Amino acid sequence: MCWIPGYGGERYAPTRGKRDVTDTARRIPQDGTKSAAPLLRIRDLAVQFETRQGLARVLEGVNLDICRGEIAGLVGETGCGKSVLARSILRIIPQPPGRISQGRILLDGRDLLQLSAAQLRRVRGREISMIFQEPMTSLNPVFTVGNQMQEIVRLHQCMDRKEARAVCLDMLAQVNLPDAREILRKYPHELSGGMRQRVMIAMELSCHPRLLIADEPTTALDVTVQGQVLTILKTLAGRHQVSILLITHDMGVVAQLCDRVAVMYAGQIVEQAGVEHLFAHPAHPYTRGLIGAIPSLEGESALLQTIEGSVPPPTQVPPGCRFHPRCPHRFSPCSREVPPLEAIDSAHAVACHLFASRQGAQHGPAD
Amino acid sequence: MVPLIEARRLAKHFPVSGGRWKRSRLLRAVDGVDFSIPAGETLGLVGESGSGKSTVGNLMVGLYAPTAGEVLFKGEKISGIRQHVPAGVRRHIQMVFQDPQSSLNPRMVVRRIVGYPLKVQGLAAGRALDRQVSTVLGEVGLSPEHMYRYPHEFSGGQRQRIGIARALVTAPEFIVFDEPTSALDVSVQAQILNLIRDLQRRYGHTYLFISHDLAVVKMLSHRIAVMYLGRIAESAPARQLFRNPLHPYTQALIASVPLPDPERRRDLAVLGGDIPSPVHLPRGCRFHPRCPQVMPCCRREDPPDITVQAGHSVACHLYSP
Repeated sequence: MCWIPGYGGERYAPTRGKRDVTDTARRIPQDGTKSAAPLLRIRDLAVQFETRQGLARVLEGVNLDICRGEIAGLVGETGCGKSVLARSILRIIPQPPGRISQGRILLDGRDLLQLSAAQLRRVRGREISMIFQEPMTSLNPVFTVGNQMQEIVRLHQCMDRKEARAVCLDMLAQVNLPDAREILRKYPHELSGGMRQRVMIAMELSCHPRLLIADEPTTALDVTVQGQVLTILKTLAGRHQVSILLITHDMGVVAQLCDRVAVMYAGQIVEQAGVEHLFAHPAHPYTRGLIGAIPSLEGESALLQTIEGSVPPPTQVPPGCRFHPRCPHRFSPCSREVPPLEAIDSAHAVACHLFASRQGAQHGPAD
Repeated sequence: MVPLIEARRLAKHFPVSGGRWKRSRLLRAVDGVDFSIPAGETLGLVGESGSGKSTVGNLMVGLYAPTAGEVLFKGEKISGIRQHVPAGVRRHIQMVFQDPQSSLNPRMVVRRIVGYPLKVQGLAAGRALDRQVSTVLGEVGLSPEHMYRYPHEFSGGQRQRIGIARALVTAPEFIVFDEPTSALDVSVQAQILNLIRDLQRRYGHTYLFISHDLAVVKMLSHRIAVMYLGRIAESAPARQLFRNPLHPYTQALIASVPLPDPERRRDLAVLGGDIPSPVHLPRGCRFHPRCPQVMPCCRREDPPDITVQAGHSVACHLYSP
């Protein structure tokens, strides 16, 4: 039994014993292949927020699979609902005003939306953990890094102080932080942004979660530091067999890191494909626009492609396809019917009437 | 030929107090920067946070008085004169700020925001001012009916268009853009970058374009200067900087950009460590603690600017003769 003093005054009784090697091994497919059944399946998820401007349908009909051991990317612009989706998985959206009005989130077949608060607490951190954009806001400024890291390790894995410290030192070494002992003694404000984010990664991975949700983990960092953090994330995901849901607005980060990508627009997933396929043959007009709008580091700097207009506020989403007012290829059904996310290829799904109406004619809009 | 605007040994140090005993120290935000921009060209200034690039922007428009060095506009010194730029020159130097949310007064309608420079400089009033404001709004892709709306009624991209309109309204010759698109999404960023480029083609403005994003700077700049900890590490014509980067920092910066191409994955962790604090500058070359090619002399001596080719200079001991 372990008991962390001062943890809300509540006695924390772990349901599982100390996690040992066999326990970790149990969760890893022995043959090393990516198992067929996805780790996380999101089905028809809808999330609404009550706002003064009216009901905001922030997510609608979202389907997403995350396979074991894969890095899945979720890209979209500000306000498209990608962070709400991530927070819905852990059920940490504020309710009210938020409400998960529909759908299922299945982790290994178990619906997270049906769990009780106590059951959910056992999933959070231990099976699914999350790192946020600004690590300063997720670290407590009045405790040392060591204090916070050890608390998490002891809480989730039921270790004594000494063991927990050893685990922390090991994890800090794994995220390439030199002089881990010194770091444990420091307060968050004494670390740089890149170091803080590495501490967060070490902290989250120390509990061996099966899924790590990284919400814009490098947006607040400089490009050379971003490179370091992304490399660590990728290496450790492989080493610890963690699946990652990487949320970002940067197509470059997606291209360099992810195995599969889902593109979100105004609360819906508009396209989903393997990363090579998505960049080589983007199908949805929005995805094409997004890729065309990136200034290139190589080649001649021509004028950039743009997408007219801007993202609609979630209280005023257009009927039909949510992208249709900005779409250069819109035609009659776009403003009336919501296009379903349909497979146009073995590993490529698009929600666009251009593809739905011409089943079999597997071509995108004219280049 | 006299360049339109020039910075000579420009420096800005801020006193900061802190640490034990509240000792006062100097934060050397900009520490001896030289550059000049010929009329009609764009100088791109890239660097990571804390490199002093925004301070340079503020010094160029006279928002800060330099600690040392001077700013010359058409060969005339404009810095340090009662800390303000002379009024006749002022209208020719404008700035577009990073965050359009905080750089537009929420209590003013667009007509007042955009017309303010005209009013302050005494260039127009009344109906003439209205006319000029509505023309300039048209040029940045807004319409005259937007004149009586407040900033909160616009999207981020439109707000940045208002910021650009305010800079354009006095028909300036030189505009400083301080990270104008870093608060915007990529699709909106593309609209604004295209607009900035169009405006220069049409009016022959001279730009200082500050950004942390190499690809953005490359799209707009004729020349690029890479800043690190208050100094220019390397400066070269845009194409040449990317074809033949010389400074180890420039090389690392280019190599750490995640390319949007999954076919070409590469090791992004080219550089270890973080940018040091400008309060505790490393001795010798500022980059030496992170430099993969560090030599003994780098720890002792500050490297001078070495001109490698016409127009391409680098501050690195590797290239000293």
